[in-house]
Amino acid sequence: MWAYIVRRVLATIPVMAVVALFVFSLLYIAPGDPAAVIAGDQATPEDVERIRASLGLDRPYLVRFADWLWDILNGDLGTSIFTNLPVSTMIAQRIEPTLSLMVVTILLAVSIAVPMGVVAAWKQGTMADRAVMGFAVLGFSVPVFVVGYVLAYVFALELDWLPVQGYTPISQGFLPWIENLILPAIALGTVYIALIARITRATMLEVLSQDYIRTARAKGVGQRAILFLHALKNAAVPIVTVIGIGIALLIGGAVVTESVFAIPGLGRLTVDAILRRDYPVIQGVVLLFSFVYVLVNLVIDLLYTLFDPRIRY
Amino acid sequence: MNRRDVLALGAAAGAAALLPAPAISQAANRVLRFVPQANLANFDPIWGTQFVVRNASMMVWDTLYGIDNSFTPRRQMVENEEVSSDGLTWTFRLRPNLRWHDGEPVRAQDCVASLERWMVRDGMGQMIRALRQELVAVDDRTFRLRLSAPYPKMLLALGKNNTPIAFMMPERIARTDPFQQITEYVGSGPMRFNRAEWVPGARATFSRFEQYVPRDEAPNWLAGGKRMLVDRVEWIIQPDPATASAALQQGEVDWWETPLNDLIPVMRRNRNIRIDVADPLGNVGCLRFNHLHPPFNDVRARQAVAWVVNQPDFMRAVVGGDDALWKQMNGFFTPETPNYTEAGGEILSRPRDAATARRLLQEAGYNGQPVTMLVAQDLAPLSAMGQVANAALRAIGMNVDFVATDWGTVGARRASREPRERGGWNIFFTWFAGADCTNPASYLGLRAHGDGAWFGWPNDPAIEAGRDKWFAARNAAEEKAACEEINRAACQSLPFVPTGFYRAYQAWRSNVNGIVAGPLPWFWGVSKS
Repeated sequence: MWAYIVRRVLATIPVMAVVALFVFSLLYIAPGDPAAVIAGDQATPEDVERIRASLGLDRPYLVRFADWLWDILNGDLGTSIFTNLPVSTMIAQRIEPTLSLMVVTILLAVSIAVPMGVVAAWKQGTMADRAVMGFAVLGFSVPVFVVGYVLAYVFALELDWLPVQGYTPISQGFLPWIENLILPAIALGTVYIALIARITRATMLEVLSQDYIRTARAKGVGQRAILFLHALKNAAVPIVTVIGIGIALLIGGAVVTESVFAIPGLGRLTVDAILRRDYPVIQGVVLLFSFVYVLVNLVIDLLYTLFDPRIRY
Repeated sequence: MNRRDVLALGAAAGAAALLPAPAISQAANRVLRFVPQANLANFDPIWGTQFVVRNASMMVWDTLYGIDNSFTPRRQMVENEEVSSDGLTWTFRLRPNLRWHDGEPVRAQDCVASLERWMVRDGMGQMIRALRQELVAVDDRTFRLRLSAPYPKMLLALGKNNTPIAFMMPERIARTDPFQQITEYVGSGPMRFNRAEWVPGARATFSRFEQYVPRDEAPNWLAGGKRMLVDRVEWIIQPDPATASAALQQGEVDWWETPLNDLIPVMRRNRNIRIDVADPLGNVGCLRFNHLHPPFNDVRARQAVAWVVNQPDFMRAVVGGDDALWKQMNGFFTPETPNYTEAGGEILSRPRDAATARRLLQEAGYNGQPVTMLVAQDLAPLSAMGQVANAALRAIGMNVDFVATDWGTVGARRASREPRERGGWNIFFTWFAGADCTNPASYLGLRAHGDGAWFGWPNDPAIEAGRDKWFAARNAAEEKAACEEINRAACQSLPFVPTGFYRAYQAWRSNVNGIVAGPLPWFWGVSKS
């Protein structure tokens, strides 16, 4: 097991290298020039060139890439062109809100979607099943920002139960923290709930038709035990896989959700950086997201062994 | 969270509950929560010339002079000035008791270094720099500027609100290369910048500077006493207008600088919200030509476009159905300001004429080659202008290559002088702040000195001659005459076509008092009840 973990961690290095090369090259060929944005309207072409030189943007592609890579290997993600702050500082400022949003969304989604899927499978063909499937279709179809606006309108503007926007760090208390996250987590989690619920239902249906389930029923095992102890555990591998894949979905959705609810997270940082062509920030954040995604996949692979003892690494 | 945290939380909650309600309310009333027009991504008003940076800087850094609402520069940090009879030597004396936020006194040496840095980046500053023979501190409160020729617009240059503004900084900070960002944010203005709380893209906060000594006069735009009536100003960046609107309705923010016009009717229905025009000087819409390449290197092609630019169409696309927000402008200067003139403006004022436009295009030898139009889709006014222009130009037979992109790309591509086939362009859209178009000094779109001019590089000696006359003018009548000359020339050669004059609203909670319309949000004199 430990050898496997070490192998997988080592395997992330070439993956990250490819991501780094891809991100850097993409930004290099993308149109736009931060020097022109910084220089402003009164600048002469010489001023723009001077700014480009001061930012190091006038150097050849390979030199810039090698410098950037060397800095990253030394733990330095660079400095934002616009804010003059280290990229690591900007990420550190923004990571808590995004992490909080993701964790709350995952917990919320899993705790709602898995029972929904189980119930839908158990009550296949009934109103409960159709309701779950109807919700799943709706969850897939309605964009995150629409769900966000509707939630904010109903629960913040009309009912005045929750704040419209913003983020309160957990260090200022659990209640204010969770208060700010409930609506964004529901908005972001809707599509995730739909996805997990559907997969749970489909997998559970397959498992529930297995011989050993029929045997368990014949032996008089209770319905709850059949569903949650025998069936769900055996259905867990595909469900956990989808939860892992869904992290990417959440990262994409977080960009929109953070904008709608004015949460100062990494998603908004990425969008702001792209619009301004703040190359070091874009590179840093994309690299971080890639790393997280690779790591999540590793954790998912390791979780398989918990749910299915036949799987060995 | 451990047991100690829980206990601490409980104690804090208990203490808050014991606090009398008016005390909580008074504390809240000392904090003004403001939603600015954009993200405060950097904080160096000389290095970065975005309006949002200028607006925040206005609280932190002070100026030697400041214009009032009659566009007259008034003394601000300066106690008095002397100008020699030949107009070549200016001697400025600072007010006593001016202090930086770090407690150090403001010295003439600081102002000299600040002016040196500003002069590199500002258009009027560059003119002064070209004339400068000597700029030295005479003593701690006095500095002298000696010129090779008179510069009658000196006080306007030092007190204007157009970016970059001549902000004063401590000498150690002002010595920074003007093309590099400063890393320390120490000013002598009425508010301190709380650097530790700054999260670019999310929030920036400012605290009242207790040692600031405001002038005795009443505040009037950049002039007069800048008295802060709140202890803290919090800038809360809101990327989504619908969320900002909801936050204002709920009282989570107090003042929104640039509400979306579509949301105004919703907010008007809320009795706790006040809405009014933000900036009486508004904005001037601009359809900019590239004068270097066909077809718009021929004045007749530019005139053809002008004949089909119907300003009401453009303005209704930009501001929506609220006709109170826009005006037809038959000239280039900001309407309702002293220099506005319609001299020579028939091409803008007469009924639109597609037949004349087609004839002019034919005379210009236009043969259907593509016309590359850069349209930024992420800025709603520019996207709207692009859609209207696209239809108008196609209607007279122009082959429009509509490039829908983002402002970051337009910003880079408009700097290209290449023909369209090699990554260049023919038309792009933008707007100028009306405050920049009240006179020729900061009106970039009206420069017409070829290679040195703003993107598009028009070349019209008549416009430049009028501009020189304005700078040499000694009184308002001479200035107006120079502006009429510029307007006539510009309506003939068309460095760009104005697409109309439009204003925008601002919105605030009804318990906020003292908000004054102007080219930027003034925080002094604003209080909460």
